[in-house]
Amino acid sequence: MSSKKITIALAGNPNSGKTTLFNILTGARQHVGNYPGVTVERKEGRIKHDGYDIKIIDLPGTYGLTAYSPDELVARNVLLEEELDLVVDVVDASNLERNLYLTMQLKELEIPMVLAVNMADYAEANGITINYDLLAQLIGIPVVRVVATKGEGLDDLLDLITHKEKENIPEKTVRYKIEIEEAIARIEEMLNSDLNLEIFDAVKKDSSRLEKYPSRWLAIKLLEEDKEVTEKAQSISKMAGLLDQVKKDRESIELDAGDDLENLIAEGRYAYIRGACQEAVKIVELNKASKTERIDKVLLNRITGLPIFFFVMWLLFQLTFALGNPIVEYLEDLVALAGVAASNALSPGLLNSLISDGIIGGVGGVVVFLPVILLLFLGIAILEATGYMSRAAFLMDKIMHKVGLHGKSFVPMLIGFGCTIPAIMATRTLENPKDRLVTMLVTPLMSCGAKLPVYTLLIAAFFPNHMAGNILFSIYIIGILLALIMAKVFRTWLVPGESEPFVMELPVYRMPKLKSVAIQMWERAWLYLRKAGTIILAFAIVVWALFTFPMVDSQGMNYASATEQMENSYAGRLGKTIEPVIAPIGFEWKTGVALIAGFAAKEIVVSTMATLYSMGDADSVLEGGTAEAKSFAQLTREQSGFNQLTAFVLMLFILIYVPCMATIAVIKNETNSWRWPIFTIGYTVSLAWVVCFVVYQGGMFLGIGV
Amino acid sequence: MKSLLSDLEIGQNAKIVKVIGNGAVRRRMIDMGIVPGTVVKMERYAPLGDPFQIKLKGCHLSLRKEEAETVVIEALGGTGR
Repeated sequence: MSSKKITIALAGNPNSGKTTLFNILTGARQHVGNYPGVTVERKEGRIKHDGYDIKIIDLPGTYGLTAYSPDELVARNVLLEEELDLVVDVVDASNLERNLYLTMQLKELEIPMVLAVNMADYAEANGITINYDLLAQLIGIPVVRVVATKGEGLDDLLDLITHKEKENIPEKTVRYKIEIEEAIARIEEMLNSDLNLEIFDAVKKDSSRLEKYPSRWLAIKLLEEDKEVTEKAQSISKMAGLLDQVKKDRESIELDAGDDLENLIAEGRYAYIRGACQEAVKIVELNKASKTERIDKVLLNRITGLPIFFFVMWLLFQLTFALGNPIVEYLEDLVALAGVAASNALSPGLLNSLISDGIIGGVGGVVVFLPVILLLFLGIAILEATGYMSRAAFLMDKIMHKVGLHGKSFVPMLIGFGCTIPAIMATRTLENPKDRLVTMLVTPLMSCGAKLPVYTLLIAAFFPNHMAGNILFSIYIIGILLALIMAKVFRTWLVPGESEPFVMELPVYRMPKLKSVAIQMWERAWLYLRKAGTIILAFAIVVWALFTFPMVDSQGMNYASATEQMENSYAGRLGKTIEPVIAPIGFEWKTGVALIAGFAAKEIVVSTMATLYSMGDADSVLEGGTAEAKSFAQLTREQSGFNQLTAFVLMLFILIYVPCMATIAVIKNETNSWRWPIFTIGYTVSLAWVVCFVVYQGGMFLGIGV
Repeated sequence: MKSLLSDLEIGQNAKIVKVIGNGAVRRRMIDMGIVPGTVVKMERYAPLGDPFQIKLKGCHLSLRKEEAETVVIEALGGTGR
């Protein structure tokens, strides 16, 4: 028996439990991708029910359907452009009035709908009783009671989806004030009459396809001055007369009402909803603070709020790195063992080196980050699912808003102290694409964990013990200050514009569902492995090649030592080429080569310097005890010719210049283009050079540290 | 007496009279239910003094001072803290 195929979309407010419902319905049968051109996730899943094969598209959670945010635009475009059989609107039973506002906008698109009133158990426990049948009659949409987390009402919902024709629901539409209705009718008539064919012809060429949208919806959007619809209409010359009519109607209505039309239309929708809710919803005010209010009294308290916040952030950090790093180290050992095994198994030569150093090293470089990514996203998924993430934004917004960012930018930037890769991925919690981009661009300035051993060694080599702490601290502080300054700079000149409104819901606290958390964790990890992994591997092979070739000198003879080979490799030559550029900041070509190696990973800077200055095996130093560290520090002091100033400038340069290649790959992945990773490389290197130039020349002039 | 939402004291209730301003911020406010006729309660300020937390139609919202300054209200008195 062949099953009937239908396509439905899940729409709803954020925090309405929409994604939980999606996860419960589709389980592991999900596909996550990106909408073209934007960084909004596209989730699809499948479920079979009653001889139907149902494809479910999980739309981004939105409060409205305007063209202001990419999430809303994406949701709207799916609703308008894709052949949907039905829309399931998921609403929060406790917040019916606000949630129904989106419902009214969805209804105007004239796609068959089902209303899933979710989290009904919580609402009932809080004194809210909903008459579902009456509600359905009043708003003209089939309604079903659902508790997604407990699986209640799912069969009823699926029955409604597959047998919608059985329902006996009257046609209902929001009716606005009489003057508005008259204007809508006039515009609709113009849209439907002689214009239509011509519009059809015109739009076939520019693919804006206005003609297939519901005419009432188009009329309302034109009256509301919806940006996207108005722009499309303006691009069609035949619509000029209609646009004049729209303008005339809008002006006369606004003059009469003393308010603008967008407001009046919104009020019309709310008035309609209020009427329906008054009849179908009974609310018994419980005369006590809800659980959420009692928790917020402590978590958002003027005195205890911030300490608890920093404790939670500390826990997140510990979960990610204290738990993750031992696994990372274990994986690193495994990768090293695999490299040795491959090297022993294959006959010596180029292929051996490519596989054991290039490919295994590259794949290893991808895999070793997986534990921290999984753990960080476990932590973030819990913070989001419980509702604490919005509170974190609430607590931190004042500081972040000063540099033009959103309170939510704080968490990714903090994660950046551990590892920039998961930090960049954590910017997914930001809805506004501009805020997200700027956060991504400045997060590499938060000094990551891999840079710490480099600082430690340089500080041990050049600074007395009593200064060590202060020097290290100053590096971190400089990183934070630069991140804040650059955020302000980028938000002012690079991506200017209104900052994201902070009008934000502080949702009810909930226990996270294991299944949802696990799915979210796995999706992120898989996306990282699949997308970023391939780019990291490619970079690893390029860096390997730069340091490996040429393997022999012009006479075809092997180099006498590893030092000599590295000096003559392409990377070595590149280092010599850039020497004139880095000389003003106090570096010689050997430092340049080490910095080039640092693109692969910051830890390599030290081992490359060790090879170039013939200081022996730096790996044993990095892992070894203080005795080795001391000898390495001594060697660095003796061989490098650095003084305190150059050492400090080198630390600054390592702090600021290009994040590692894995970060670049993740930025490429998250922004869907090469533009921003290349920009990141360009701006960090320039900024590093400028800061180092000022510090080095200033230090020379004042005679500090020389 | 008409005043702005940003002037409302903690624990006080007010009725929204008008939302001034325009663009994305006002649109978002409308979507979140900040519309004339609705009753709001000022719940608290963030520990650093901004943003605010308000309660409206049974749910908790946060908004910045600059955003609250675009909401004209009529104070209804309140239950105090």
